[in-house]
This record gives sequence, C-alpha cells and structure tokens, in this order.
Amino acid sequence: MRYVDEYRDRAKAQFLVKDIERLVAGTKIAEHRPLQIMEVCGGHTHSIFRYGIEGLLPKSIELVHGPGCPVCVLPMGRVDDCVAIAEHPGVIFTTFGDAMRVPGSRKSLLQAKADGADIRMVYSPMDALQLARNNPSRQVVFFGIGFETTMPSTALTVLQAEREGIENFSVFCNHITIVPTIKAILDSPDLHLDGFLGPGHVSMVIGTAPYEFIARYYKKPMVVAGFEPLDILQSIWMLLKQIKEDRCEIENQYARIVPEAGNSPALKAVAQVYELREFFEWRGLGSIDHSGVKFRSAYARFDAERKFAVPSVKIADPKSCQCGEVLKGVIKPWQCKVFGSACTPETPLGALMVSSEGACAAYYQYGGVKRRLEPAVQGTA
Amino acid sequence: MNVITKIHLRPRGKVHVPTVTLAHGGGGKAMKDLIDDVFVGPFDNPLLAPLDDQARLALAALARHGDRLAFTTDSFVVDPLIFPGGDIGKLAVCGTVNDLAVGGATPLYLSCAAIIEEGVAIDLLRQISRSMAATAREAGVAIVTGDTKVVNKGACDRLFITTTGIGAIRADVDLGAHRVRPGDVVLVNGLLGDHGAAILGARGDMALDAPIESDCACLHDLIGSVLAAAPATRFIRDPTRGGVATVLNEIAEAAQLAIEIDEAATPLRNEVRGFCEILGLDPLYLANEGKIVVIVPEDQAPQALAAMQAHPLGGAASIIGRAVAGEPGRVTMQTVFGGHRIVDMLVGEQLPRIC
Repeated sequence: MRYVDEYRDRAKAQFLVKDIERLVAGTKIAEHRPLQIMEVCGGHTHSIFRYGIEGLLPKSIELVHGPGCPVCVLPMGRVDDCVAIAEHPGVIFTTFGDAMRVPGSRKSLLQAKADGADIRMVYSPMDALQLARNNPSRQVVFFGIGFETTMPSTALTVLQAEREGIENFSVFCNHITIVPTIKAILDSPDLHLDGFLGPGHVSMVIGTAPYEFIARYYKKPMVVAGFEPLDILQSIWMLLKQIKEDRCEIENQYARIVPEAGNSPALKAVAQVYELREFFEWRGLGSIDHSGVKFRSAYARFDAERKFAVPSVKIADPKSCQCGEVLKGVIKPWQCKVFGSACTPETPLGALMVSSEGACAAYYQYGGVKRRLEPAVQGTA
Repeated sequence: MNVITKIHLRPRGKVHVPTVTLAHGGGGKAMKDLIDDVFVGPFDNPLLAPLDDQARLALAALARHGDRLAFTTDSFVVDPLIFPGGDIGKLAVCGTVNDLAVGGATPLYLSCAAIIEEGVAIDLLRQISRSMAATAREAGVAIVTGDTKVVNKGACDRLFITTTGIGAIRADVDLGAHRVRPGDVVLVNGLLGDHGAAILGARGDMALDAPIESDCACLHDLIGSVLAAAPATRFIRDPTRGGVATVLNEIAEAAQLAIEIDEAATPLRNEVRGFCEILGLDPLYLANEGKIVVIVPEDQAPQALAAMQAHPLGGAASIIGRAVAGEPGRVTMQTVFGGHRIVDMLVGEQLPRIC
C-alpha cells in the first residue's frame, strides 16, 4: 500500500537500528545511565507498541511515554460534567468513540448511555452539526476534546454554525494545548529526560517555532516525528545525533506533513474562536497554567458550559494512581502499585489506562505483562 | 415411523398489507398468514410444513451421519439488515452452520426464531427469508421449526433472528483446543476482517466509497475438505466477533501454550488495510463470517493448506503462525517491521451489532 509500506520497511529499520546502536555507544550519558527520550504524543506511544519498536532499540535507550493523549489526561470532574450535560432532557450528546469509556466519579458516558441518555459517537464535529440541522427541536452538544490537532476542526464547525445561524448546537470545550504541558514537565524536579520526540499532528497545525524554548532555555533537543515506525526510528536516530554532537535544536523529521510555520488558516480559526483559560486541570499532572482554551465571549452561545448548568466539581485522582510519575518517566507503567490489578483497561483507575494511546493501556495490551483475569465480557453499547 | 408420512397439505396464507403490525403477532389469522407467506413458503420443506410445535427428526437418519449430536444456537442483531455481501438472513444461516461445522459436525437442521418490530416492511421480511432459504438450500440444511414474535415500536430494532442448529459428528472426528501441541501450525482460509469492515462501511458513518463485501459463507464443505486432507487436524474455530486475535488467545489459554504469528503472513485485502489505517483499527480484531482458524500438526500442514487453496472459499489461505512451548496463554506477533508485540484479547473497543 503506497505511503504506508515504504515507512514500514524492515531492511531500512535494521539499518537505522544498527546506526542507533553505534551512536548511543559513543554517547557520554549512556555510559552512566540509560538515555531517556520522551515521546510527547499518544499516537507515537501506540505506534511504538504496535510495531514493537522498544524491543528493537538498545537497552541503553529508554522511551518515556508522555502526556499527549487528550482522553487520558481528562480529569474526572470534566467527565462528570459531560454526563450531566448528556443527561439533560432533550440533549443529544456527541463524542469521539474513545472518550466513551473514560470513568467519571459516578459513571462513564457509556454507562450514561445505557441508563438512557442520548449519546452518539461521531467521527467529526461536522457530523454533530449535521445532527443539529436534522433535529432542530433538540440541543446537540459536541464534546470538544484534543490538542491543537482537533482544535481547528471544532473552531471551523462553530464558525459554520454561526454562518448558518444554527442555534441548537454547542460545544463542551475541553481542548488543551501542548506547549505549557511540556514546560510543566521540564520544570519538574525529578526529571532526567535527554530529548523529546515532538508531536507530529499538533505540529502540523502550530508548526515548529513554539518549541524553540525547549532547546534555548531548557537545553533539550527535540525532533518532530511522524507516526509510522520508520518515522519514529529515524527521529530517535536524529535525536541521538544531536546528543552525540552536543547540539540542542528543534528538528523536523515529519517535513512531508509539518510545515515549519504551521497551518495558517487553522491557526486563524483557532485564534478567532478561542482564548486561553487561566489554568486547566489534567489527570495525573494537576493544574497547569494556560494549558486549556475556552470560547471567546463572541461565541458564548456555542459554549455548552454557559448553556447548561454543569457541576464543575473538582475530583481528585485516586490516591493509589501513580500516573504523574509514569508520565514524567520516574517509574515505568508496570512499576505502578495498581498496574494490572486494580487498574486495567476494563476498569481503569488512572488516566494512562483509559485509552489505547495511554502508556499503561499500551503496555497492558501489547507490552510486557500478561494479565491473569477472567475473560472480558464482550459487546459494548 | 417415517416422519414424512405425517404431511397433510393445507392451503397457505398470504399477507396483503405492506407492513407488519401487532396483529401479526396476535396468534390469529394475521399471524398465520405472515408465517405462511414469509417463512413457510420460502423454507418449503416437509418437516416444517405441518407447523406442529416441534419438528420430529428420525434418530436413525441422524445416526447415519455420525455418533454424536452437535447442538448450537446463535442470535443475530446485525445493523444494517442488508449489507454488501449478505444480509441478516444469510448471516443467521451461515453463522449457525459454521458453529456446527467447526466442531467437525455435518450440519443438518436449523430452527429460525424471528423477533420483528412493528412497522417493518413485509417485502423486506420476504427478501430476508428468501435469502435464508437459498443459503440453507445451498448448504444442504433444512429449516424445520421456528417462531415469530412481533413487538412494539422501539422494543427491538426492526428484526432480530435466532437460529439453532443440529448436526452430527462422524465417529473418527475429534477436534478440540486441548489437542493442540507445541510445533502445530496455524492456518487461515483467506483474507481477514472483511465482514467487520463491510458492516462498518455499510453504516455510512464513514462516507468511504470503497465497497468492501462481507465474507459471509457456509464453511462446512471447506472444513470437510480440510479434514479429509489432514485427518489429524487438532482444532478449528471461526473467528467472528473479536477476530483472529481473540480466537488465538482462546486457543492459547485452553491449550496452555503460546502462539506466535507473523504479521507479514496474515492475508489482508488492500481495502481492509486502508480502512484500518484510516480508522486506527487492528484488522486482527475485525470480525469474519467466512473464515476459519485451523490448527494442524506440522507434517499435515502442506496438505491442509493445499486443500484450502483448492476450495472456492480458501484461495487466499495462508499459514500464519505456530503453537510453541512458551508462556501459557500468550499470543505474540512478529510485526512487518521486525519487532515483536503481544496480541491480547480485545478490551471493549469492539464495534457493536456486527452479527
């Protein structure tokens, strides 16, 4: 298959792995401890596990699976708000499928659906807008979630709703931004990261300039990476070259998709519709300043938070969860006290077990530890 | 006594309204007309025709096919009712025939219970029952008993069908996961994931225009060929919901050994690959309705593969892996990329109502 198979070529992979081994052997840091490289994006985490990339790398390279899965980092209180909106009489609540199972303090959206709420899976906010057109007597709410990758599509949908004068459509906005989060991780005292794989899809929208501070002030290299296995290997190779040559730069491996300046129409729509929140709560990481967006007051009528009474109660992460430490690379997923016992993909306690892009779920599904549980009851929804 | 002698001919009823109403479930003439018109007519066989509360099957006739009865049941709630490559009726026959056949049974008789939502078009029901009848006839099985219920709007989604099947297993056939040994070879009879992709595509949510057809088919003839060519075959199962990944996990768990597969050897249609790439699905977990996973001892693998490839339903058959002495219950895959990963049971990500 074109544009797929060429990025999964085994021979090229072996060539890269050999050169990675050579590079890491000549690196000073690797003599004392493993090199720690964080992939920020959940899409990378998924690819790394799906293609068994960790197993190909020398032992002296450790991949740390970062916070870049928006479903995983959604705090429980926001899920409760979703459920509260969805349970409003007359509401059709629309969501991407992977947000359905995220546990709230009372229930997940999947459970709310079983209890009678009208919750529908969509593949695009435009599908939700179409539902609003088709059901003028109902209030259709779209669950806006994701980093800069999905932020523009939500913004463009709101602008379209405005143009058409559609009044029964609104968005429960949980969009978050990646840069303040990387900064929060870099400011963490227990951190040993030696470099970052940058998020390819986010960068397709924002470009590479917003990451410059990582190289300039924190002296860490970053390579913006694609999602095919060869993309990831080549990006690791590029990072190692920087480390070996004592450089700290923001490089772009994913140039076939990521323009250095980003996508200006997308950025324009984002700037027009949203403004930064003072802070946003993340599961596993706590509150991070300026890490989320909300609608500007000109678009208040599309803001489900203003349209519906939501409880907005902050719910603390379960005490036994060590998601924060996993996110920062302090411990590995299987070193968490509840991994695979109290916390499994069927009954996730912590953020990272929730979505297939979460590090713990990926480990559980593809990785090192085989579960010993009763067979799951199949058939959802 | 030969049951056939019990037949007495009677005139068949006919429905003259366009849609099903609650009257068709009321037990009176309307119900009788519906059953006659929609089901008994197309199913047309002497065991069903008397419309007694039960079909009466001669034990001696059953015993000619083997020394054990196989008995299975399955419900079908697929959405949409009609999809590329099949419909709920064809699926309801193939599904139950295959559940008998993978145990090594010759499928013989089926029941058909239909739960119908009021408002369903009679013509749609006729189309589906004709499809059931044609599939059953081709498979050499008879639909010999049944039931019809009509429920209020909203109490079910248009039409649910349950089929129960009876078959007989030959004395020399003994299939079971417990017989799988390290070194045994794992085969599939063709391209994986077609049914799951076809159903998802047919729902129209994706607005993709690559039509993928369901692989829905009765597999007993193919299984017969495999068992003839490789009589030491250990185990056969049809990877329906949960796909090949789930079946391999079940086998590894039941046989208390490990299974290794090779991603490069898993046969996939390009359209299904593309579909999975776009949607982030793993084809190993997509449902099949015309596929079998077969485990044979290594020395009979070439014969089993050749028998599959010679059959119309096995052209793209392939050896995808083998059982090994490893951690019990573990399934691993060598990826096309050269890495290894665990292939675990599916966790809740499955698409609802695919069969």
